[in-house]
Amino acid sequence: MSFYEQPQRILLSAKAAYMALTLVLALLFNLLPWRDLIGLPDMVALVLTFWCVHQPRKIGIGIAWFVGLVMDAGNGALLGQHAFAYAFLAFAAIALHRRILWFSLWRQAAHVLPLLLASQLLMLAVRVVAGGAFPGLAYFAGSFIGAALWPTATFLLLLPQRRPESVDENRPI
Amino acid sequence: MDYQPPPFFSRGPAPLVRLGFFVCLAVLLMVLDARFRYTESVRQVIALLAYPLQRVALAPGELFGAAAGFFTTQVSLKQENEQLKAKQLQAANELLTVQALRAENEQLRRLLEARERLPRHSTLAEILYQGRDPFSRKVIIDKGSQQGIQPGQAVIDDIGVLGQVTRVYPLLSEVTLITDKEQRTPVQVLRNGLRAIIYGGGDSGMLDLSYTAANADVLADDVLVTSGIDGTYPPGLPVAKVSRIERDAAYSFAKITCIPTAGTNQNRQVLVLSREANLPAASVETESAAGKLPKQKRPRKRE
Repeated sequence: MSFYEQPQRILLSAKAAYMALTLVLALLFNLLPWRDLIGLPDMVALVLTFWCVHQPRKIGIGIAWFVGLVMDAGNGALLGQHAFAYAFLAFAAIALHRRILWFSLWRQAAHVLPLLLASQLLMLAVRVVAGGAFPGLAYFAGSFIGAALWPTATFLLLLPQRRPESVDENRPI
Repeated sequence: MDYQPPPFFSRGPAPLVRLGFFVCLAVLLMVLDARFRYTESVRQVIALLAYPLQRVALAPGELFGAAAGFFTTQVSLKQENEQLKAKQLQAANELLTVQALRAENEQLRRLLEARERLPRHSTLAEILYQGRDPFSRKVIIDKGSQQGIQPGQAVIDDIGVLGQVTRVYPLLSEVTLITDKEQRTPVQVLRNGLRAIIYGGGDSGMLDLSYTAANADVLADDVLVTSGIDGTYPPGLPVAKVSRIERDAAYSFAKITCIPTAGTNQNRQVLVLSREANLPAASVETESAAGKLPKQKRPRKRE
């Protein structure tokens, strides 16, 4: 009923190395040979959004931009296309980070969905201007799947930060 | 004196300023890449960063095959090893003759291959995966600049033209299929020799014979082959078959849709053809010179 539909836990501080590792793993997922499957979730966008919402002081628009550039080069896409979209995504996530974390996980996902969709729309606009073909509406399915993965991603990405369950009965936390 | 917050509160430039800066940088890169192709060196450097990731991403499939083989043979490996040790002594003599025969066989194969070689030098390549960019139709093949692949080379499969190499990395290259929206192929109607340019249809996987006059002599089921006048594709390779023609009196051009001949979506083995080395120069200078001085040039040619 309250704002906190999940028990709030005190988390350990996030390690920069772990954040980098998750980003590399997400890149790896995106670079897997997926044949011509179109509606795949953009894991890099999801992880970037996650860290921008949870750790806006450790990750920012610059890192998002660079990761986008690596995506472009690895994918053979127009150079700067992902960088553009991810920079915008990071900006929007950082602007919303104080608000998003007040909600339950599924409501957080509802906040993340428009961000992911907007980044895809930006890429679509850029590519259509540059003369690309419209890939069909299935292209946007990736954002919906990505947003649906938000609770799972939150659970997995926060695992190392979770304080171990208390053994001491007298400790309040 | 301005009031300055303590340094541990400082967060650098405002997010909006940062966004503006990086968006400008991204737009600059995109314009340079799309319009002028100045960014190939930048791309090569960043692709070098992504290359280990790409290799790792390709590895699970290969690894799975290897692991499956490993575990199935592991069971019988011990028994087999003992049998083989016993057999090895008997087979040693035969093995020597087999090795000699194998060397001879390889030499003969090489001779045979040399005779069957195409007039153009060609490289056999394998399609690794379809490009992940959903806005274009590209495939990645397993040969790159290390194997002598150059941008602009034609790529064919066993039944027709597949596309053209557009970007070359050290060990991979990117082939733009003829069905890509930005790809043009000069063709000729096989039946009457009518020349035209065929345009990729993008997502539909079809081809469009654009800018052909409404009364042009093109019929359904006509076969289109490369005309060869571009110097990229050798002449006479099948490209497409006309599937539908719409002639509307309101437009001066007919709308002709064609089906690509080559398996743009199914084949794995492709042939990369090298460019013709002795192509006559078709620069603007020679054309204008020929136009200005026709009388001086022609007698010289006859001599």
